[in-house]
Amino acid sequence: MNNLDIIEEDNKKCIIKIYNQLNKKSIYSIYPRIKKIKEKTFSLVKIDCTDLKSLDYAGALLLADLSASFCEKNSSVVVVGMSADFKSIMLFARKNLRQKSEVKEIKENFFISPLIKLGKTILDSIDSFIFFLSFLGESILRLFRTLLTPWKFRYKATAVHIEKSGALALPIVALTSFLVGVVIAYQSAEQLAKFGANIYIVEMVCISMFREIAPLLAAIVIAGRSASSYTAEIGTMKITEEIDAMRSMGFDPIVFLVLPRIFALVIAMPLIVFFADIVGIMGGMIVANSNLGISYTEFIARARDVVELKHVLVGLFKAPFFGLLIATIGCFRGFQVTGSTESIGRYTTISVVNAIFWVIACDALISVILTEIGI
Amino acid sequence: MSKTIIEVKNLTTAFGKKVVHDKISISVKEGEIYGILGGSGSGKTTLLREIIMLQKFKSGSIRVLGKEIGKMSYNDIMELKKNWSVLFQFGALYSSLNVLENVSIPLIEYTNLPKDVITEIALSKLKMSGLKKEATYLFPSELSGGMKKRAALARALAMDPKILFLDEPTSGLDPVGAENFDRLIKEIATLLKLTVVIVTHDLHTIEHVLDRFCIIYNKKILFEGTLQEAKQYKHYAIREFLKFERQ
Repeated sequence: MNNLDIIEEDNKKCIIKIYNQLNKKSIYSIYPRIKKIKEKTFSLVKIDCTDLKSLDYAGALLLADLSASFCEKNSSVVVVGMSADFKSIMLFARKNLRQKSEVKEIKENFFISPLIKLGKTILDSIDSFIFFLSFLGESILRLFRTLLTPWKFRYKATAVHIEKSGALALPIVALTSFLVGVVIAYQSAEQLAKFGANIYIVEMVCISMFREIAPLLAAIVIAGRSASSYTAEIGTMKITEEIDAMRSMGFDPIVFLVLPRIFALVIAMPLIVFFADIVGIMGGMIVANSNLGISYTEFIARARDVVELKHVLVGLFKAPFFGLLIATIGCFRGFQVTGSTESIGRYTTISVVNAIFWVIACDALISVILTEIGI
Repeated sequence: MSKTIIEVKNLTTAFGKKVVHDKISISVKEGEIYGILGGSGSGKTTLLREIIMLQKFKSGSIRVLGKEIGKMSYNDIMELKKNWSVLFQFGALYSSLNVLENVSIPLIEYTNLPKDVITEIALSKLKMSGLKKEATYLFPSELSGGMKKRAALARALAMDPKILFLDEPTSGLDPVGAENFDRLIKEIATLLKLTVVIVTHDLHTIEHVLDRFCIIYNKKILFEGTLQEAKQYKHYAIREFLKFERQ
C-alpha cells in the first residue's frame, strides 16, 4: 500500500502527499524517500494530509522534523488538510522536537581510546591500591581499638559468620577433598604398583594432603563461597545506603561488618582445613584398600609411623592466613561498589579472582619460606 | 459514556493468612486519569501490581482492554504488554544502558523503525518529560532521583501506550518539581489520549490531575468517584485523605 507521493516541480515547489496512515508500522517503508527529499532545497513545500486517516506520535514527529529542516533552509512550508486532532499532536511533537545535533555524544577515537583505557586502568588500580591501604589501616586501627574495649566486639555476628561461612561450607569441602583424595590415590596407585612400592601410597596421600592439597582446596572453595558473598552483601548494603545509615548513627561499618567476617574466617579456616585433611585421607584410604590391598588398619598404622606431625601443623598454620586474605579481599571489594547494580557483579567477580590468586600466591610464599628454613 | 478499559471484580488478595483486599471492585474508563488512594500498607501498589500481572491474586477477576488476566494466550499477553507501560516508583531504569538507550529499547525491540527515527522519538520523549539534554548520554547511576523519574517517564511513553500506570510519580520530588510533573502527566494524557492509573497520596495530584479515584480502606473500597462526590461524604477516613478541604 502506497502511503506517500512526492511531486517535485522544477526545484522550487514540492508537494508531499501522505495517505492513509503515518505511524510506527508505516514509517519503515517510506523513510528512505523522506530522507532523500529532506536533503534537497525548495522555495515552497506543501505537505498534503487530506487523505491521512491515522497519525501517531512517531509520525507527527517525523512531519515536525521534516518541516523544521525545510524551515531551516528558508523554504516556506504549508501543511494542508489536517484535522484538528492531528494538528494538536503535530504541535505537541513540534514543541518536543529535539535534534540529535543538540545533544553531544562523546565519541571514542579508534586509535586513542585503547591508550585512554590503559591509562584509566592504571589510574584505577593506583586508586584502588590506595583505597586498599586506607581500608587496611582503618581495619587495623579499629582492631586495636576493639582490643582495648573487647566488650564492644560483635561476638554474635562473628558466631553467625562462622556458621554461615564455615559450618555450612563443610559438605562441599568434604565432597571436593574426598574426591581429590580418591583421585590422587588412584593415579599414584598405578605408578607405585609398577615398582611394587604399594605401601608408599600412605606417605604420598598423607603428606600431600596435610601440607598442600587440603589447605589449598579448602581455601579455594571458601574463596568462591565467602569472598563472593561478602562482596555482594556489603556492596548491596552500600547501594541501599545502609552503610551510610550506619555511619550516620555512629556504628562503625568496620567494627560491625568487617571485623566479624575476618575473625570468623580466621577462626573457621583451620577447622575447615583439619576436616578436609581427614576426609581427603579417607578417600585415599578407600582407594588404597580396593586397588592396592592395603587394609585400613595397616594404612593408619603406617601413617602413624612415618608421617611426622609437622606436616599437619604446616597445613593448619597456613589456614588462618588464607582466611584473613579471603575475608579482607571480600569485604574490601564490597566497599568499592558504587552506584549501579552492575558494579556489584563486577566487584564480586574481581573479589573471587583476587581471593583465589592471593591464596595461591600466599601458599607459594609460605612453602618457599618453610622449605628454606627446613621445616 | 466511554467504555470501561480496566475492570476489577471481587478481587481478594491474601499473603498467607493476612488478607489485603477483600472482594474489591473498581473500574477505569477509557481516557480518564484514575487514582488509587489509600494509606501506607493498604495495598495500593499490590493492586497495581496485580493489574499489570506482576503478582498473583487469590480470587476474583481483572479485565484489561477486554481480556481477562490469567486466561490469556501468550500472544495476547505480549500484545497487551505493548499497550501499557509502567512508571515504577524509583524509575527502574536499566543500569547497564544510558538514558537514551533506556528510552530507545522498547522501540528497538518492538518496531522496525529506522535507527534515526528511533533516536528522534527517544530524544523527543525525553524533552517531553522535561529531562535536560545534558543528561541524554548519562547512565542511571549518574542521575538524581527526579531525573531518574523523568527518564523513566520518557521510557514509559516511548511506545505510545494506551494505558500508563504510575506508581507514586511525585514521591521524592520537590514541590515545584512535583507540580510540574503533575501538569506534564495531565498534558500528555490529554494530547496522547492516554488512560492513566496513578497510585498516589499526593494531595496536589488528587486535586489537580485525577478525574476519578478510589480509596482503599480496611481491605475494602471505601469510595469510588470524583472529588466533588467525595466531598459530600462524611466518613472520617475520606476526610483524612482529602485534608485540603479543611485548609
